[in-house]
Amino acid sequence: MSIRLTDIAKHYGRAGRALEPVSLEIAEGELVGLLGPSGSGKTTLLRIIAGLEAPDRAPAGRILFGDRDVTDVHVRDRRIGFVFQHYALFRHMTVFDNVAFGLTVLPRRERPSSGEIRARVHRLLEMVQLEHFASRYPAQLSGGQQQRVSLARALALRPDVLLLDEPFGALDAKVRQELRRWLRQLHDELGFTSLFVTHDQEEALEVSDRVAVMSHGRIEQIDTPDALYRTPANRFVFEFLGDVNHLEGEVRNGVLTCGEAHLAVALPDGPEELLLRPHEVRLAQAPTPEARLPVTVTAISPVGAEVRVEIAADWLVEPWLATLRHADYERLELRRGQRLFVIPRRWHRFSADATQQRQPAAA
Amino acid sequence: MQRVGDSPAVRRLLVAAAVLLAALFLLLPLVAIFAQAFSQGVGVFWANVSDNYTLAAIGLTLFIAAMTIPVCLVFGVALAWLVTRFQFPGRRLLQTLIDIPFAVSPVVAGLVYLLLYGRNGWVGGWLDAQDIQLMFAWPGILMVTVFVTSPFVARELIPLMQAQGSREEEAAVTLGAPGWTIFRRVTLPNIRWALLYGVILTNARAVGEFGAVSVVSGAIRGETMTLPLHLEQLYQDYNAVGAFSSAALLALIALFTLAAKAGLEWRIARQEVSP
Repeated sequence: MSIRLTDIAKHYGRAGRALEPVSLEIAEGELVGLLGPSGSGKTTLLRIIAGLEAPDRAPAGRILFGDRDVTDVHVRDRRIGFVFQHYALFRHMTVFDNVAFGLTVLPRRERPSSGEIRARVHRLLEMVQLEHFASRYPAQLSGGQQQRVSLARALALRPDVLLLDEPFGALDAKVRQELRRWLRQLHDELGFTSLFVTHDQEEALEVSDRVAVMSHGRIEQIDTPDALYRTPANRFVFEFLGDVNHLEGEVRNGVLTCGEAHLAVALPDGPEELLLRPHEVRLAQAPTPEARLPVTVTAISPVGAEVRVEIAADWLVEPWLATLRHADYERLELRRGQRLFVIPRRWHRFSADATQQRQPAAA
Repeated sequence: MQRVGDSPAVRRLLVAAAVLLAALFLLLPLVAIFAQAFSQGVGVFWANVSDNYTLAAIGLTLFIAAMTIPVCLVFGVALAWLVTRFQFPGRRLLQTLIDIPFAVSPVVAGLVYLLLYGRNGWVGGWLDAQDIQLMFAWPGILMVTVFVTSPFVARELIPLMQAQGSREEEAAVTLGAPGWTIFRRVTLPNIRWALLYGVILTNARAVGEFGAVSVVSGAIRGETMTLPLHLEQLYQDYNAVGAFSSAALLALIALFTLAAKAGLEWRIARQEVSP
């Protein structure tokens, strides 16, 4: 079932605006991530869609599930599945009773027989690979297992819409990776429409069909992960989706100067700030005619697929981060304290009117 | 390496002081009560306890406690629910108001009720015209007892419900559960031990309350005398054995309450280890 929001806003008394009027459209069967730093309004938006919180009366926004206007429908009648960050399992009930809860509170006319409930719960537990834990209590399970129970519980009523609030936020990295992949698989299998909140860019980009990047109660951009990374709509999105190095300086006659550093750029005169991703920073023994950016290596971390090198210089306000392939790392024979030159592969720049320009430096 | 205050001499001194004080101020009086009650033999004790006035006092005390508990239970749960599950202006003020019965002397509470609901009081005058008498009768005793004991249940529940948060209830409502079902199947099981604990405290206080009750009771023997008032009366009449017999009964109720509380705490501790 599709989800359509128009002009949904929320403010909390004195605390001010939590959500500027937001409009959002999610197609049936889509998996969309709401990504943003804490306080960006993503959880508020999710809770409003669930009905756990009411949007402002003015502007009068609407929430539609398919053709059904649910703006004034109570949570319990919205037919959603909701997964909480800290699982929110009923601590005094067994895993079985937790998953069965939604079925047992149905009005008597719609409630399945106890035999059917048992069969359905066992199917659900099988699906989340916890069939042997039916009689355990939540406190006896690990975090990852508890979150799987919570997911099974949310799916017990076969909701059309599944909403997840930082579902993997409280888990350690390895379990998180596993559950992520598994959620994606489940989503593809069962075909519900899901919306999940996260502050982890990697998680959002890996799992979602589309990602909505939020900040200060606004959706900055909603796009496929690939498009978000390649063509960020503005500087916030660019900076939020990965590490960024800043180069600030003064352009005169096509040369950007910053202390003892120079870089040839085709830009008009004036103050300028360029942004570079770590993988766009190339390190070399000698400067080129276009780029003379002397730096010193301050830290090296060779763990993982790439080598992460921290570099600093007098002309830099904050140290930069460069990522190198292991082969380049060995060829350069990097060590701490070594003096090198940065050759930008390319750089990005966002003007005040939020349009992005990029330019490959002469390599 | 020694931690601060961990020298054997200091430790022994502190333990000895604690034991001594406990014996002097807690255990000795308790022993004295029973010693006095039985000082002229079991027969005299029994005669005093089965005296009609004493029996009436026991009856009234238990009746008041039995009436107070459900009132405080409903009030306490409703208040704790309101304060921990909703945000509204005046919430903090309400939380402070809950403590008024603790802060005010029970005698003052009794006097205020007398002033309001007595025959010459603001509300009492009108009630008197309707031929309803609250003061110097059991309804008055019940009213002040409820006033004095009203914070116990709420005070037990509020910290617990605050710590537990409303996530489980939110989960229940997203699963389609109606309000009453949520309370019965999610909220209540989570607070049941704290609730029972609050009831035990309420009961202990309701049975033992003296100050507020003495102001509004009117001290009519056999009618409006609770056990603590009866005890006081006997003592004023130089019937020491009678007074201590009633005191022994009160002490027994207290001991029973303490045992129930200890048993509960033991169960809770065991529950936390393995639910």
